[in-house]
Amino acid sequence: MKAFIHHFAFEFRTGIRNKQLLLMNYLFPLGFYLMMGFVMANINPPFREDIIPAMIVFSVLAATFLGIPDPLVNAREKGVYRSYRINGVPAISILVIPAMTTIVHLIIVSTIILFTAPFFFGAPLPQSWLPFFLASFALAFACSGMAVLIGVVSPNSRMTVLWSQLVFVPSMLLGGLMFPYSMLPTVAGRIAQLLPATQAMNAFNGLAMRKVADFSPWGSIAALAGCGLLAFGLAVYLFSWDSHNTSRRGHLLLALLVLLPFIVGILMSL
Amino acid sequence: MPESIIEVRDYRKTYGDVVAANGITFDVKHGEIFGLLGPNGAGKTTTLEALEGLRSPDSGALAVAGIDPVREPRKLRNVIGVQLQSAGLPDSITPEEAMKFFCAYHEVAPRFDLLERLGLSEKLKDQYCTLSTGQQRRLALALAVAHNPRVLFLDEPTAGLDVGSRVELHDLMRELRASGTTMILATHDMAEAEEMSDRVAILLKGQLVDIGTPLEITATGAGLTKISVHTQASSLANLDVALPAVDRRTTVNEYDIFFSTDIGPTVSAIIARIEAEGDTLIDLRVERPSLEDRFLEITTAGGAK
Repeated sequence: MKAFIHHFAFEFRTGIRNKQLLLMNYLFPLGFYLMMGFVMANINPPFREDIIPAMIVFSVLAATFLGIPDPLVNAREKGVYRSYRINGVPAISILVIPAMTTIVHLIIVSTIILFTAPFFFGAPLPQSWLPFFLASFALAFACSGMAVLIGVVSPNSRMTVLWSQLVFVPSMLLGGLMFPYSMLPTVAGRIAQLLPATQAMNAFNGLAMRKVADFSPWGSIAALAGCGLLAFGLAVYLFSWDSHNTSRRGHLLLALLVLLPFIVGILMSL
Repeated sequence: MPESIIEVRDYRKTYGDVVAANGITFDVKHGEIFGLLGPNGAGKTTTLEALEGLRSPDSGALAVAGIDPVREPRKLRNVIGVQLQSAGLPDSITPEEAMKFFCAYHEVAPRFDLLERLGLSEKLKDQYCTLSTGQQRRLALALAVAHNPRVLFLDEPTAGLDVGSRVELHDLMRELRASGTTMILATHDMAEAEEMSDRVAILLKGQLVDIGTPLEITATGAGLTKISVHTQASSLANLDVALPAVDRRTTVNEYDIFFSTDIGPTVSAIIARIEAEGDTLIDLRVERPSLEDRFLEITTAGGAK
């Protein structure tokens, strides 16, 4: 337990001390939130209703997909895992603790957004708080799991950026943050359902913000939770102590199983 | 307490077509400093990694303090300490955090006294990436010994250290040896290996080509003892008689240099000759063949003794 506390404390401080992580955890999400609040809410007034959920989803995407994988890959390449292994640091701590500290940073950022959005931009607060927290946590759990999995399977920093952007960019475009899911063509909508952001926005709309969900909101929460569980499980299974990331227990394509809950959701909604 | 704390028997490891270790066998005795020498690609790291539990052998048997590194990695963790050559620590961790962090995983109290002893007390709150190479290596050593391991693996421990830090580290190694810690020292620094090691093993192309005390190893070579003599009247310069046991001779500046297979008769003959010529001896130096000479002899010969 003492080891866990020291590890957690160090990783948490790293999230602020490391300039790249400070940017992804705080400056980028809060800066984007302020920009969208001042600009977008004036151009498109109905956006005020979505500011809180949309900016929380954005904060989660930035902190997880842009913040988690690269430090994991860098640490592996620098031989940090080798040192950890020799000193008895378990793989599960290496993978789970950065995700947990990122979630703590996200709680801080989300709280700032929740408290300031109504005051600055006249954004409505969630109507149902429990589903709101549940959806937020499910999203953070799924995204941090997927981000850790990207860090585990990525062969180098260059590929890490590519894989992260492969989730981040479509999430921004199709995830329901900028415009509603209902405006998407059918095929794009199906693709969008493979993204945690879409599922989270659907859950927020249907359960917390008293708007209309486009598909089962509880199904979205279940899919996010399932995705998170699968992601962390696969990350631990595929984790390699090797600095060159060449030896592991299973094939890299196993990582795609993380999308299974979303695929099941799509099939069930057909 | 067993005589040997580390046993390596017929250890073999391949990476694809490359044979990194080919039937290596050696023992390390309890409480000794054992030098592991060899050029790059000789199999040092492969052997160390196997003993540290980081690589499993293709065949052969290894034991560290009676523990199989592959089958009992958890038991091994508290028995060994490893000072890695490469960083091995996150950029943003501070020495204070690193000490707390690793000691917590070993379930021992943090050893801040070690950080002070190794000159890091002023750097407790500085991030690892801001430390100098020497400070990083000293921190790595402090972390490696903080849990009082029975066996300590040192990979190029003094690389990048200034003279003062090097002396401090060697003193610490001697203290650890006196307290019963066994050390495996992998190094390219032959002078360090010769000075610090009780025994050394020389690896070449995945095979162990020589093992013994530094004196034993240098004695097995064709190495000749170098005797340099400087006299007032340079009476040895035009010496026309052969001196006993001298293989060859040369002159460098004002020194007559003799390469001898047996220094006793040669030195006696040199002094007798100087006295006979009525000359005065200014300087006489005897240099035995060093471990480095023997190492170069072995590696250039491709391992043949």
